[in-house]
Amino acid sequence: MLLKYYIFLFTIFFSLKGICQNYTTKTGFIGFYSKTPLEDIRGENNQVYAVLDPASHHMAFAALLKGFIFPKELMQTHFNENYVESDKFPKATFSGSCTGDMDLSKDGIYQVVVKGDLSLHGVTKPLETTGQIEVKNGKITGSSAFKIKPEDYQITIPSLVREKIAQEIDVKVQIVWTRNT
Amino acid sequence: MRKIYFSLICLIISSQSIAQDSLLRSISDSLSAAHGTQYVTGTFKALYIVNMKTIEAPAAGALNFEIQHRFGTINQGAYHLWGLDFATLRLGLDYGISDRLSVGIGRSSVLETFDGYVKYKLLRQTDNPASVPVSIALLGTTSYYTDKIANPKLDSAFKSAYRLAYTAQILIARKFSSKLSFQITPTFIHYNLVDSASEHNNVFALSAGGRFKITKRMAITAEYNYLFPNQLSSYTGLPLHNALSFGWDIETGGHVFQLVFTNAQTMNEPQYIGQTVGSWGNGDIYFGFNISRIFNLKPHNKPKAQI
Repeated sequence: MLLKYYIFLFTIFFSLKGICQNYTTKTGFIGFYSKTPLEDIRGENNQVYAVLDPASHHMAFAALLKGFIFPKELMQTHFNENYVESDKFPKATFSGSCTGDMDLSKDGIYQVVVKGDLSLHGVTKPLETTGQIEVKNGKITGSSAFKIKPEDYQITIPSLVREKIAQEIDVKVQIVWTRNT
Repeated sequence: MRKIYFSLICLIISSQSIAQDSLLRSISDSLSAAHGTQYVTGTFKALYIVNMKTIEAPAAGALNFEIQHRFGTINQGAYHLWGLDFATLRLGLDYGISDRLSVGIGRSSVLETFDGYVKYKLLRQTDNPASVPVSIALLGTTSYYTDKIANPKLDSAFKSAYRLAYTAQILIARKFSSKLSFQITPTFIHYNLVDSASEHNNVFALSAGGRFKITKRMAITAEYNYLFPNQLSSYTGLPLHNALSFGWDIETGGHVFQLVFTNAQTMNEPQYIGQTVGSWGNGDIYFGFNISRIFNLKPHNKPKAQI
């Protein structure tokens, strides 16, 4: 019994230690792009919160859907009102970890595999993608690109505008992490 | 001993997921805390409920083209195809100077009337935190009718000043939920000229309207414009009625279609609030529609929520 408590305390200690040494940012970038012959749609968010634990390689992202800025204001309104319903589901989040041959204490460029859960519009789905991590001068830059289907997240698109929205939406992520002090 | 091993494994697994979850929770919580002001958007789909102007305005650099069309009254029967033989029209342009300030011009076929307005959003409802419960806008409209009087002597004597009316309104709106929105609009109208000495030049009215979304892209709307009694009489001599209107909004990308039923033939505040002679009871119901189309003259790059 005592041993269990020791282990419990031990893990808490380590996880707390991990949080203290995390790399964080509040200005991460996520953009999504839908290209069809009829219409190009672009939404970009420069205020993505992201955190990386260099010891465990765990990472998490959180973005406000109202923070996605569109070139056309009406698209932004429709995105929030009709598609992602940001009144009900204000945030999109990702929680997961990256694996691959890397040493985050040394400068270098590493190709990694990112695996975790993406939550959007009240739906959580596993996501696996490739990414690149660059360590340079105490900063870690993570970037990735992947595709998601709106239907997978129960975002329904009426047949009338189906031709204007791509079947698969390109998502680009670029995060510059600095050490949390 | 086996028990201890088992709990150890459990702990290791759970601690890993706890660590992962706590990472997400830490940023998710601080994201919610940091982004204070989130303005409510989409209180109404369009700039008009039916005739009433809503709290909504085109975004900075966006131009809205509005076609408001009313057929004749449906009680004219089959001979006039239930009013479809007749038409009154207002064409309008609305432009967003900034996200708060917008201007508009319009031209109606009834009395060949021109109108222009300035709308300023004073207060915007917020949902996170819910510290501002309503959106408030100030609206000033000038209407000028150019209808010629048959007698040329009378027409030349009828100066421009006599043809002007001014409307001042306070638009107070609240989006109660993603489906239900409501607006109340105290209205003051000044007519430069009224028909008789017993009528008032300064007139007060209260308009109220709302919408209920039945699907994400369709809504049912209604509005009622209450003119306080004993202020005006109609220039046709018929008794005045308050304008009651119902609409069905259908949104398709850059368009909003609104199919409407109303007892007001006209689409200017001094006319539909102060000069509605149609009555629902007599079947003086005008079927019609509003169509709006947004054109983006300038790219919109500023975040609407001030993050």
